[in-house]
Amino acid sequence: MVSAREVVARVVDPEMPMLTLDDLGVVRGVDTDGDAVTVTITPTYSGCPAVAEMRADLAEALRAAGFGPVRVRTVFAPAWSTDWISEDGRRKLAEAGVAPPGTAPRPAPGPVPLTLTAPATTVTCPNCGSRATEELSRFGPTACTALRRCTDCREPFEHMKEI
Amino acid sequence: MSPHAEEEDATNAYQSLSETTGHDDPRWAFGSGFEDVQAEIEAPVPDGVDAADLAEYCLMLGDDALVCSHRISEWVSNAPELEEEVALANTALDLLGQARVLLSRAGHVEGAGRDEDALAYLRSDAEFRNVGLAETGDDLDFGVAVARLLVFSTWRLALLSRLVGSRDPVVAAVAAKGVKELTYHRDWAARWTLRLGDGTDESHRRMQAGLEEVWPHVEELFRTSEVEHRLVTAGVATDPAETRGEVDAVLDQVFAAATLTRPDRPGRGTLGGRGGRQGSHTEALGLVLDRMQSLARAHPGASW
Repeated sequence: MVSAREVVARVVDPEMPMLTLDDLGVVRGVDTDGDAVTVTITPTYSGCPAVAEMRADLAEALRAAGFGPVRVRTVFAPAWSTDWISEDGRRKLAEAGVAPPGTAPRPAPGPVPLTLTAPATTVTCPNCGSRATEELSRFGPTACTALRRCTDCREPFEHMKEI
Repeated sequence: MSPHAEEEDATNAYQSLSETTGHDDPRWAFGSGFEDVQAEIEAPVPDGVDAADLAEYCLMLGDDALVCSHRISEWVSNAPELEEEVALANTALDLLGQARVLLSRAGHVEGAGRDEDALAYLRSDAEFRNVGLAETGDDLDFGVAVARLLVFSTWRLALLSRLVGSRDPVVAAVAAKGVKELTYHRDWAARWTLRLGDGTDESHRRMQAGLEEVWPHVEELFRTSEVEHRLVTAGVATDPAETRGEVDAVLDQVFAAATLTRPDRPGRGTLGGRGGRQGSHTEALGLVLDRMQSLARAHPGASW
């Protein structure tokens, strides 16, 4: 019989199905007590609408594998960071045309500085590999992505923003 | 067509709707509807902290986010460009997420059996604890919307960055997550302020007018309520008056770059010392709640 951990590892993200929840780094723990399973996950953003789907998908996958009752808990602290996305996850993102995030900024003590000039571009186009890309919008089709465009191949693409 | 054939009819939109929800729990027609097992929500009230004060404080922070989120969401299907609509929708969603956690915590600490939905949908305006800025309407004037979000996100970021070390684990967790989100919101609002202020004569005039419109609500942001005073001592809250320097510095930085002038308008007064934190609101909140609560009040417990 497969373990509850293995079942959880196969559940994919509802909005980015090329990634498993494990790849995304939102699974904080899987605890079993006989057939009962408690999965602990963390939302990527406070209002992430996919959390309800994640919860339902996890519960369904575990029940289908013969586990139950299933409890899915949400924890907020420590806050999720894109740094938790696995190497495998980053590769899968790039293959699906989504530029993976760079390293998340480390908050310094004191006020968060406001920068009004355009940030230096470090995002590579997932289609042609060019570094000549520009931001179209900091808010993309899902809460965790921004919209960019490659000025070489002219393709627009999503970039998972660093948080 | 036999019932079996109908089962496999992939072009039947109604059928595919029922298929996707058939194995799920029923959803409410509004609100979250599902029982969210949020680990931190149930954490005990920290030692030496008055539970009623903590519930009230969570309502203040939660209502600010909930009401402002609702105002911002009025731009969905009304924004000047699709990208900006998505940005505003995302911002509203982040704030809604913060509100859900804070209202859940308020309900749990209060211990009267009210969940986030009961608090959002079944309170009257005098029971809301948000500041006036959050409820201000913009009549779909982009300059006012940008000005409101610039001030609101700058202030809330200053608050949340001080609340990361709160002794209440839920307030601390929302703050840590919220700082990342608010940084993006402030960034978006500041960049639009810059673009409009330092744009054409018309965009400059409209952006300045937007600032003038929201400015009477700025003073209240730095007023400290009795509850906040007590919770600062208890290590749970931050004193909003202490954020003034930071907020002023950021706004001045934006105004200078955007060739805008800091408005010189007096702050809105209180009603016998009572403001938004004490449940004294402008009629604008009534309009927000009317829209937000009407479905829940007309069809209690509706699901689909």
